[in-house]
Amino acid sequence: MSRLGTIARRSFLIGSTAILGGVAFGYYWYRQPGENPLLAGLGEGEAALTPYVLIDQDGVTLITPRADKGQGAYSIQAALIAEELDVDLARVRVDPGVPSATYYNTALSGESVPFRSTDHGFSAELTRGVADGVMKLMGLQLTGGSSTVPDQYKKLRIAGAVARETLKKAASEETGIAVGDLTTGDGAVILPDGKRLSYEQLASRAAKTDPVLRVHLRPPSEWRYIGKAMQRIDIAAKSTGTQIYGIDLAIEGMVHATVKRNPRQNAGMNGYDASEAEAMAGVRRIVPVSGGVGIVADNSWIAFQAADKIRFEWAEADYPPEMSEHWQSLSDSFSEAHQDSRMLDNGDLEAALSGEVLEAEYRAPYLAHAPLEPMNAIVRVTDERVDVWTGTQIPRFVQENVAKTTGHAAKDVHVHVQMMGGSFGHRLEDDYVRQTAEIALALKGTPVKMTYSREEDFAHDYVRQIAMGRMRGAVKDGGVDAYDLSIAMPSIITSQMGRQGLSLPGPDATIYAAAWDQPYLIPNYRMTAYRAKPLAPISSWRSVGASTNAFFHEGFLNELIRAAGADPLEERLRLIGHEPSRKTLEAVGEMASWGGELAPGKGRGVAFSLSFGVPTAEIVEVTDTGKGIRIDKVWVAAEVGKVLDPVNFENLVQGGVVFGLGHAMNCEITYSDGAAEQTNYHAYEGMRLYQCPQIFVRGLENGEKVRGIGEPPVPPAAPALADAIFAATGTRLREMPFNKFVDFV
Amino acid sequence: MKRITVNGKVHTVDADPAMPLLWVLRDELGITGTKYGCGIAQCGACTVHVDGVAVRSCQLPLGAVEGEVTTIEGLGTPEAPHPVQAAWIEHQVAQCGYCQSGQIMQAASLLDTHPDPSDDEIDRAMSGNLCRCGTYVRIRAAVRAAAGKLQEASS
Repeated sequence: MSRLGTIARRSFLIGSTAILGGVAFGYYWYRQPGENPLLAGLGEGEAALTPYVLIDQDGVTLITPRADKGQGAYSIQAALIAEELDVDLARVRVDPGVPSATYYNTALSGESVPFRSTDHGFSAELTRGVADGVMKLMGLQLTGGSSTVPDQYKKLRIAGAVARETLKKAASEETGIAVGDLTTGDGAVILPDGKRLSYEQLASRAAKTDPVLRVHLRPPSEWRYIGKAMQRIDIAAKSTGTQIYGIDLAIEGMVHATVKRNPRQNAGMNGYDASEAEAMAGVRRIVPVSGGVGIVADNSWIAFQAADKIRFEWAEADYPPEMSEHWQSLSDSFSEAHQDSRMLDNGDLEAALSGEVLEAEYRAPYLAHAPLEPMNAIVRVTDERVDVWTGTQIPRFVQENVAKTTGHAAKDVHVHVQMMGGSFGHRLEDDYVRQTAEIALALKGTPVKMTYSREEDFAHDYVRQIAMGRMRGAVKDGGVDAYDLSIAMPSIITSQMGRQGLSLPGPDATIYAAAWDQPYLIPNYRMTAYRAKPLAPISSWRSVGASTNAFFHEGFLNELIRAAGADPLEERLRLIGHEPSRKTLEAVGEMASWGGELAPGKGRGVAFSLSFGVPTAEIVEVTDTGKGIRIDKVWVAAEVGKVLDPVNFENLVQGGVVFGLGHAMNCEITYSDGAAEQTNYHAYEGMRLYQCPQIFVRGLENGEKVRGIGEPPVPPAAPALADAIFAATGTRLREMPFNKFVDFV
Repeated sequence: MKRITVNGKVHTVDADPAMPLLWVLRDELGITGTKYGCGIAQCGACTVHVDGVAVRSCQLPLGAVEGEVTTIEGLGTPEAPHPVQAAWIEHQVAQCGYCQSGQIMQAASLLDTHPDPSDDEIDRAMSGNLCRCGTYVRIRAAVRAAAGKLQEASS
């Protein structure tokens, strides 16, 4: 178990006198005092040097508060601290820490405010967040929006440097040697005679000394980790079956459970008959939970079996039961009454579209996140406290919501974040944790491990938004002259934040994301966002609004370009007005030797998207085999400011491309009688290995800001594939999934 | 009561003979490297070896287990990885890593019967194993590298 798990989470101001041998200082401290959650409960001889570094007699622990859903976030966060602290990454421990306002995500909020003082409390922060706009609200200890790297890039290096300089100061006090004569290396302060004082040895004294706050960060030329291929710290464990995920964790005395809820999302339960299930060997308890029941049993398999033996009377859903009504609702939303924003309106669209006009309608379906590890949690409730072990992107929300469920104070709810077997946004929800808490409350004192069956996971995946695009455009003199893009979808943020009891003032930025802000200088260019009424509950799915909007924007742009008789890459280069974006297009063209002759049956498509601050250009090459479309090759160029780890970067980009292509090929969630019709992977395959193309990746470093790469490779994949299929077959695909219209081999 | 051998160790299991081996491993024996992904043999995360052959443990009832079961933990360890695991580490295949136990067990089984697999053979053998993170490019490379290493070792 994490050593941090034993450290009580108690408010403690940094300016206070030393308590239990602890000091704290860090990146944010020279701006405004905050709370160092590591301080409370420190043992003798332990030092919490900044909220990101904990040193005791056993070694150095780096705190990596952004969750790791599989993208190597723990590794990269640890590397950023280690770069300045001078510790060997292979010899430090890494811990996600405890939920704390200190670890607020300031990148997501899109502003560089210092950490806010924590004495305002969580609810106050939420309220203020709503008032200030949803992105600030999201700036809680939340992992998402490709924000881990931008948020932590400087913060963690400063934390490492502050800890290093304070350890040197402590060594100076101990030895009488001037700080300027001391160096550091591999977890120790090195004296002029070569003698080493390990950080562990210095921890007690460092805890009593005033921290050194004026630090200089090392120049990139001195970096040992950043920018170089690193061995991810979890790679050996994940290759030998020894990585423990939330679903693998065992807490002494725990029982197994599952949950069965109304397959209609968030609808209630009118009644149930569990007599058959209760009579099954190995079934211990059936406990009502919100919208269904929890089944407690000797093992997960018995719980799954028993869940299927219960007869339920379910309530109706509060959204239309059939898919056709969802599409009709979107179709009806292109009206003034539903207009949410018009962020782009350049030129004179009416005049430009008075002649020959190209029109189209595009559709993108609901999609499940469906990470391979189903949702799960372990919760133990006692009179004094609640412990929660789960994979989550929102530990602070989990803490609050579990507290509400069990009646404890939030400070008595201890969330132990676990390694996640994927998320893609699903673990921005916490319903599975609250349900587990409901069961655990009924079994007070007993740890309850709740695991969703795959079917339950599909039924209660808060899906990607359904969306519709309507476009009009015109070409002139062999180029694109007018583009009028309208997009309708329900509000993702209203749905997602609504489940946390919050509302969204003003327009929803996800409806226009990656649609209004593309760096093209089209003379007559307009983008209007329409907010459809709420339908099935929806959530953030890897790349969020951009996942549908880039398909619309780039799909129709390709239609216009081809109608103009122009080249899809050359015309984009002509229209683009942003240098870093231009360079991604030039790079991808060069990588693919764009413009060369292709063998018969082959076709190439290109798409570009600027999302999460990352210009990303992709070219897809396919072959029409006669039996179906084969995706042969993909080239990707992405501008991220700085590639922190080229190996992991390549892996994440390739994975993002596979994710984007796979879902575009064959995935959708459809509702019938209010329930998702796809219940498992047989009906929701995504890409299989035999379908996987070669994927060539280049990271560009021309931008000023360092950006995350988890999401940006996803949006251009679908429109590039659609255009490649058009080039190879003449079939224009305007609706996902594409396998409704073409076969894939 | 049923006796099964897992990773060379004999276990006596008191469970319903219909209980899939996957859940016996995970919930009864606490051997958790083998993963639950779908329960219907669509994802391959639960792949183990029975007498060296890749089997979906979610579909194998305890009562039908005959032969020695090897899980990812029995294939190799972080200190002494199997050549396939070593290739997975060298190529840094994993992202979330949840499917990789099954991928590695499937690849090890393939290389056992096809020491020098063609691209087609790799595609066919590995396509029952789903990776939601999309690490397929690296999986292919790691399988080829492991094949090369195994060839070297046997020649």
